Amino acid sequence: MTLLWILLLPMMGIVTPLLTERYGRNVCAAMTALPPAIALMLLLQQAPVVMSGQVPSLHAEWIPALGLNLALHLDGLAWLFCLLILGIGLLVILYARYYLSDRDSMGQFYASLILFMTAMLGVVLSANLLQLWLFWELTSISSFLLISFWSWRTDARKGARMALAVTGAGGLALLGALILIGHEVGSFDLATVLASGDLLRQSELYPVILALFLLGAFTKSAQFPFHFWLPHAMAAPTPVSSYLHSATMVKAGVFLLARFYPVLAGTDLWFVVVSLTGMATLLVGAYTALFKHDLKGLLAYSTVSHLGLITLLLGLGTALAPVAAVFHIINHAVFKASLFMAAGIIDHESGSRDMRKLNGLWQFMPVTATLAMVAASSMAGVPLLNGFLSKEMMFAETLEQYTFGALSWWVPLLATIGATFSVAYSLRFMHDVFFNGQPIDLPKTPHEPPRYMRVPVEILVVLCLLVGMFPDLMVGTLLKTAAGAVLQAPVPEFELGVWHGFNLPLLMSMLAVSGGVAIYVNRRFLFQFQSQFAERDAKLVFEASVQSLVRKAGQLHHLIDNGSMQRAMFLMLLLALVLMAWPLMDLLNTAGGRPELALNWGVVFCTALLIAGTLLTIWWSHQRLWALLALSIVGLVVSVAFAWFSAPDLALTQLSVEVVTVLLFLLALFFLPRHGPIMDGPLRIMMRDLGVSVLFGSVVGTICYALLTRPLDSISGYFLEHSKTGGGGTNVVNVILVDFRGFDTLGEITVLGIAALGIYKLLARMTLAMPSADDDGRAWARERHPALLALVSQSLLPLALLVSAYIFLRGHNMPGGGFIAGLITAIALIQQYVAHGVVWMKQRMPLSYEALIASGLLIALTAGLGSWLFGHNFLKTWYDYFYLPGVGKFELASAMVFDLGVYLTVIGATLLILANLGKLTTSERIRTGDE
Amino acid sequence: MEFAYALGVGFLTGAGVFLMLRGRTFPVILGLTLLSYAVNLFLFASGRLTINAAPILGTASEYTDPLPQALVLTAIVIGFAMTAFVLILAMRARADLGNDHVDGHLPPAQLSARAEQRRERREHS
Repeated sequence: MTLLWILLLPMMGIVTPLLTERYGRNVCAAMTALPPAIALMLLLQQAPVVMSGQVPSLHAEWIPALGLNLALHLDGLAWLFCLLILGIGLLVILYARYYLSDRDSMGQFYASLILFMTAMLGVVLSANLLQLWLFWELTSISSFLLISFWSWRTDARKGARMALAVTGAGGLALLGALILIGHEVGSFDLATVLASGDLLRQSELYPVILALFLLGAFTKSAQFPFHFWLPHAMAAPTPVSSYLHSATMVKAGVFLLARFYPVLAGTDLWFVVVSLTGMATLLVGAYTALFKHDLKGLLAYSTVSHLGLITLLLGLGTALAPVAAVFHIINHAVFKASLFMAAGIIDHESGSRDMRKLNGLWQFMPVTATLAMVAASSMAGVPLLNGFLSKEMMFAETLEQYTFGALSWWVPLLATIGATFSVAYSLRFMHDVFFNGQPIDLPKTPHEPPRYMRVPVEILVVLCLLVGMFPDLMVGTLLKTAAGAVLQAPVPEFELGVWHGFNLPLLMSMLAVSGGVAIYVNRRFLFQFQSQFAERDAKLVFEASVQSLVRKAGQLHHLIDNGSMQRAMFLMLLLALVLMAWPLMDLLNTAGGRPELALNWGVVFCTALLIAGTLLTIWWSHQRLWALLALSIVGLVVSVAFAWFSAPDLALTQLSVEVVTVLLFLLALFFLPRHGPIMDGPLRIMMRDLGVSVLFGSVVGTICYALLTRPLDSISGYFLEHSKTGGGGTNVVNVILVDFRGFDTLGEITVLGIAALGIYKLLARMTLAMPSADDDGRAWARERHPALLALVSQSLLPLALLVSAYIFLRGHNMPGGGFIAGLITAIALIQQYVAHGVVWMKQRMPLSYEALIASGLLIALTAGLGSWLFGHNFLKTWYDYFYLPGVGKFELASAMVFDLGVYLTVIGATLLILANLGKLTTSERIRTGDE
Repeated sequence: MEFAYALGVGFLTGAGVFLMLRGRTFPVILGLTLLSYAVNLFLFASGRLTINAAPILGTASEYTDPLPQALVLTAIVIGFAMTAFVLILAMRARADLGNDHVDGHLPPAQLSARAEQRRERREHS
């Protein structure tokens, strides 16, 4: 449980800064620091357990079917990272209290910072791959928020966008890798994956997995050639740079490399790619850092270079290289965080970060200067400081490796060159800023920072010294445990000593120091040399490439959709055709084994009628009234087909919908042109369309035939069996609609209501030219409401209502139900509109159809919720039998109430559509306020 | 009989697709309606074809699959709502844009043809 709290406390702490911001800066900072501080204590309390080699873990199932669980574990590596995250995080909280100005929103800053802390803890504690990835992406997002904290600055916004784009894209690649790993291993559980190294390495997918995985890790850890985002992330406030972009987030990438070291490392591919990338990053970073005039720019490139060093170590493949990598992770976090903080202090108290202006600060801030110089010496690898020890180990390991066969001696040579530049830029940081003459027009007179702003730096520098002088005492056990977690095997013996005697690594160190001093002293020449090259602003390059990508996407989009709907639809149909036809090729024969029904003349006649109606619809499609006639033949045949093939409910529904549809088309035709062009495009296009439709029709027909002739394996046995006993009705279709799948029906009548309201809205502001004559110039008939029609329809109304009531009531047991009854009622009422006109109807039936839809939906919903009162599931039917004298025994089911809702909604929606459409020609049309 | 059924579905689909590729709104809506028929019949076919086996308990010894029927029943009603919606949308588009082309404007070729017609008519009268 302690484990969960280490993660949960900071998570809950995300809101504390926002809540306590109003009580002042001190209270806000203190309250923000409280949850991580408790978490840190819990972590330290776990130390003896973890150091003894045990791994506390926690496992809670969430969606086991998808392999998603809440799984945490705290092994040595996780413990080490938690210590860095929480420890440096607390120091940064203290530092930021003094760094942020009054104008900055402290609550927002701290909230984002703690969000990041939680995400980072999540990454290192996760014992499930997908969960790990989730937190991984969260670090990218919180980093975006923190870099863009000063959102009014364009460099902050651009830098944040770039960081998010690069690390986010890497995150997607990582997701791909993790899913593939999960697919290969069959589990997303980290322990299982860690134990299946051989399986993965021998997998055919190994190169793909490795490439995606390394993309994720390298982008996060700013490895060459993805390093360019890190210097631009320096637009963030300095506490962020010190926390995210030196100590923790950029280490997530190397953490991942270390975490999957036992699984993915061990192949030549890994060693070559990882060590070369690390070496390139080390050199590029160290060389570029020297030329940066911005203090934070120098530190950023130095961070890139040190991250390259750690990557290089993880790619060397010697026994002790991972130990050295872990050691350098600790050391770099400690000295680089303190250096960033010192740079922030200098910026804060002198108003500039430009090393061409910053000179001779020693006289103004001697204490800060001393601290910064100790940390910088550690970065350079001066003995008695922690940076020296891990660098020595690195040198020793480069001498041990044989990845590149006979050319392996290049590795120690290039490492020494990298270290030389590292000494040179460290020297520049020390000498340029604190000595080298007088400051040149600084905005402020520099002075020492507030007392407590310096405390975090002091603590970190003291750690540099302590680790540097008493390495075994300080970090020996921790290193052993963490390295053990990396290797997932016993750690080979190693000795952490300050003095190893005169040996080759020491010689390399001495070479690097003297070379670095020489480069720094003669830096003029190097700067001149470098000034010949035009400096590239990665920000501009990145923006330009993003914009060109957007342009390309736009072109591609235009290629598919150039504004012509016919063309877009044609392409889409073509794609669908290919996708549909492809699997059909695999089907061995069209006809399956199911015995077919015998053909009779009735069916032949109906099929011929259907085909004739279909063809006539096309043929007459320019003479629209005739086309409608042909279409109604098709609808009629479809209803007959339903009736013939044992679907009476469908036949009834189709028939009544047919009536409403034809009415609707007729009304609409009054406003649309009654004739269209016979050829609405070039013949070429017509033939093309004809071709694709014939293909489409034949493919769908083939699939339909293949489906019909194959045996049926249905889940409907359950419905047939339980319809009477569970739903209380013998009409299984209706019971499915109102009971088994009632929830679907509820959704569907909601859609119906929404569509009707949408139509209402479309009609509301329609400005129509009212035609006084038809297309041929014949005036419309004057007699609007023929007396004969009025008389007949009025006398038919009660009968129609009676039929619909009958159909509704028997629906549960015989063909019928709410849908059909609703349609019949609607047709009967529309007939009255046709016969008598809108005004006549309005006087006699002042009914709001919107209200009808709403009440229908409400009744259906209430009927569903009603079952909850009796402790049943939503929409569970209740039914019983009653006896009424004169009527006999009859059944009442709660499903009927639901069906009543369906009934009302259908009436409301149909009438809302048709009546309002009909009203358009009258004075009763819908009006909006501004008309 | 299965063959005749599939033939009908194929014809409906083909005709629906052809009409949906037309340029004026009314034929497109006709095409959509034909395609709805085809889709409903196709869905219904997933329960296979049986005669005299309506799923009304107690009326037959064997019953056809009721599930596709229930799905198709709601699909018919929703299909009506959709047809109504696009039909009214077409009316609205014509009212607001002054033509009934699916792109909201006539293609240049047809525009000039129409202008030609008008000119001829004027000269004629």
